[in-house]
Amino acid sequence: MAAVRVMRTWSQNAGRLICVRYFQTCNNVHVLKPKYVCFFGYPSFKYSHPHQLLKTSAALHGQIVQFKLSDIGEGIREVTVKEWYVKEGDTVSQFDSICEVQSDKASVTITSRYDGVIKKLYYNLDDIAYVGKPLVDIETEALKDSEEDVVETPAVPHDEHTHQEIKGQKTLATPAVRRLAMENNIKLSEVVGSGKDGRILKEDILNYLEKQTGAILPPSPKAEIMPPPPTPKDRTTPIPISKPLVFTGKDRTEPIKGFHKTMVKTMSAALKIPHFGYCDEVDLTELVKLREELKPIAFARGVKLSFMPFFLKAASLGLLQFPILNASVDESCQNITYKASHNIGIAMDTEQGLLVPNVKNVQICSVFEIASELNRLQKLGSLGQLGTTDLTGGTFTLSNIGSIGGTYAKPIILPPEVAIGAVGSIKALPRFNEKGEVYKARIMNVSWSADHRIIDGATMSRFSNLWKSYLENPAFMLLDLK
Amino acid sequence: MLIPFSTKNCFQLLCNLKVPAAGFKNTVKSGLILQSISNDVYQNLAVEDWIHDHMNLEGKPVLFLWRNSPSVVIGRHQNPWQECNLNLMREQGIKLARRRSGGGTVYHDMGNINLTFFTTKKKYDRMENLKLVVRALNAVQPQLDVQPTKRFDLLLDGQFKISGTASKIGRTTAYHHCTLLCSTDRTFLSSLLKSPYQGIRSNATASIPALVKNLLEKDPTLTCEVLMNAIAAEYAAYHQIDNHISLINPTDETLFPGINSKAKELKTWEWIYGKTPKFSINTSFNVLYEQSHLEIKVFIDIKNGRIEICNIEAPDHWLPMEICDKLNSSFIGSKFCPIETSMLINILHRTCPEDDEVHSKWNILCEKIKGIM
Repeated sequence: MAAVRVMRTWSQNAGRLICVRYFQTCNNVHVLKPKYVCFFGYPSFKYSHPHQLLKTSAALHGQIVQFKLSDIGEGIREVTVKEWYVKEGDTVSQFDSICEVQSDKASVTITSRYDGVIKKLYYNLDDIAYVGKPLVDIETEALKDSEEDVVETPAVPHDEHTHQEIKGQKTLATPAVRRLAMENNIKLSEVVGSGKDGRILKEDILNYLEKQTGAILPPSPKAEIMPPPPTPKDRTTPIPISKPLVFTGKDRTEPIKGFHKTMVKTMSAALKIPHFGYCDEVDLTELVKLREELKPIAFARGVKLSFMPFFLKAASLGLLQFPILNASVDESCQNITYKASHNIGIAMDTEQGLLVPNVKNVQICSVFEIASELNRLQKLGSLGQLGTTDLTGGTFTLSNIGSIGGTYAKPIILPPEVAIGAVGSIKALPRFNEKGEVYKARIMNVSWSADHRIIDGATMSRFSNLWKSYLENPAFMLLDLK
Repeated sequence: MLIPFSTKNCFQLLCNLKVPAAGFKNTVKSGLILQSISNDVYQNLAVEDWIHDHMNLEGKPVLFLWRNSPSVVIGRHQNPWQECNLNLMREQGIKLARRRSGGGTVYHDMGNINLTFFTTKKKYDRMENLKLVVRALNAVQPQLDVQPTKRFDLLLDGQFKISGTASKIGRTTAYHHCTLLCSTDRTFLSSLLKSPYQGIRSNATASIPALVKNLLEKDPTLTCEVLMNAIAAEYAAYHQIDNHISLINPTDETLFPGINSKAKELKTWEWIYGKTPKFSINTSFNVLYEQSHLEIKVFIDIKNGRIEICNIEAPDHWLPMEICDKLNSSFIGSKFCPIETSMLINILHRTCPEDDEVHSKWNILCEKIKGIM
């Protein structure tokens, strides 16, 4: 069994570490002449049991290595540091990105040559950095093996301490390649290197394995195909589990910023309002027929007609009878203001989040006018261009959660309003008519929430019934239309 | 000649590039000419990222040809507020993208060709690539006076810029890409690339505006198709490879595993706006009040696209100081974005009960501030 004693010296000229290795057998402890002199470029090769090696070597602990800015090409001598990806104290692995520098329209990513801990950054943002001068100080782990001369034993099981040696022959390979070879129980001597000076590259290992197994290997870890995220449909079908699954996910904490912070504020304010809920079912069979007739006419006028304009107009007619639902209370709930305009807000789900623009003065708009206004707001909402006027001044809100899905909801009132309604999706369901026959009805559920400090259940119920009657018999709406 | 390859062929070509035969030095020259079938700037930029990260270009350079629907592309370390008219872009539906290479801001549309030269880091040579383009142009039109400059631009007739350059250098690979103005809408270009925002102080890379011209204006035979084929032919001749242009679909996960997530990252607000180097705005605007103009001063510091420090100073008789302070503190931490500002003001209205007059003043202030975002 050969133990290895390693001595390392710094060579000033080369600016690199020169490794001089001595071999020593257990029995005769005589120092042989230095067999191989190798250049130390990649000291960060990890063994499965690093300690075994270290005990026998005259290794140094926590060496601080100055990582110099290497040549970028095209004779560039200086660059500007534009972004740091690490800070002092961070741990980096070989090939991790350290910083981004820019020179004359070229953006360069500088990657680490070593594993270790960043001890010092030599430049601040926007400083000029010089090629050949130190960029960062990295404290590497106790120096490990160099590029050359790995001791080889016959291919052994993975978990035993393995070491590969080619007697009397140099094999050039980076630590990453050596690790790959070791993981796959490959003798480096059997692999022909295709790199410079016969260096063994990762592709050579992959090809070697390919020949052995006769199969195409999966691509390098970086290019591995990510399994596409499961669609909602997939989640509903149960997958038979054959072996215990190991979950390696980690928790992630991040501060709540921007829009979400504002949601927190609104909802906390809304929480102060004592809510009560009231739900009902609306038979929209007649309205569905009506809309089918009117849709092409509206389209001819350049407007997309959904059900919302009808809901808004019916709500406005209802608010005329029950103006308390269109009111506003002050913070201490001392005064109540009955708002004259019916500015009905519609909850919109945009890329940025929940926005509630409102249609102004629904009480004087026709259904068509409401429809075209909704079109305008929807278009602006999707472009992210809703103005402040559109977003403020609402007095009552209708949320169409049914457009996404769902039946019942418990909507939260948006202060300073006092009531809100949420309509679900329209479903075809069997119902009984007056004659007792079953017919195909278009059913939609509505869920109301109101401020119980000033609105009672009876008022909400009567409003809902009125709203419902307008929608179930659109002709009735015609009678009260203003 | 555009000869579309089947997907399988293309995959094998790419596979061959990734895993070269071991133990034997390739003396046979090889390389690839790719052309994107997509006009989506994010997908095409994602192709560049993918090739840069995953392909082994040793002895096998790649040329990538692509065109985009109207978009403005800023360099890695630039400030979009400084470089282009974001309000106009929002109105017109022009996309904004931030690429990973350095350099300045450009406008892309279907009349502009983008060329990307992928090589190993050792073979990175921008001037060589530009000379290749010039040879290609002269092969089509020998009388054309096109010269590369020291700043790696291409000038037509010694004064009009027809191409701008940028590049990205990684650990082992590098790419150099450049534009080529064929038949771009020049008036639109100049209006989009002119920033209306005042008072910006920043260390971001500034673009250098130049007088531009389209090649088509010089010679009507120089269409995009003609030029792309000419450049492909010259590239093939130079690298001694077959003159075949392989069409690729940038959304194909089997060809480019992981590319769709790269494209997604390029579309995020954090990448496009959040990567802007720290900057500050020092400006003012006027509001009308009782037949006189009041000046409102604005000092905002923005880091990672979010407001770090906000000082909006309005005269005390117009808007009481406590209310101004409340507004200032609410802005901190939110994105420097008109949409977020709208939402913020909306929330403030709901949660801070003030009278209508104050609310309307808030609205006026809000609209003005959104105008500078």
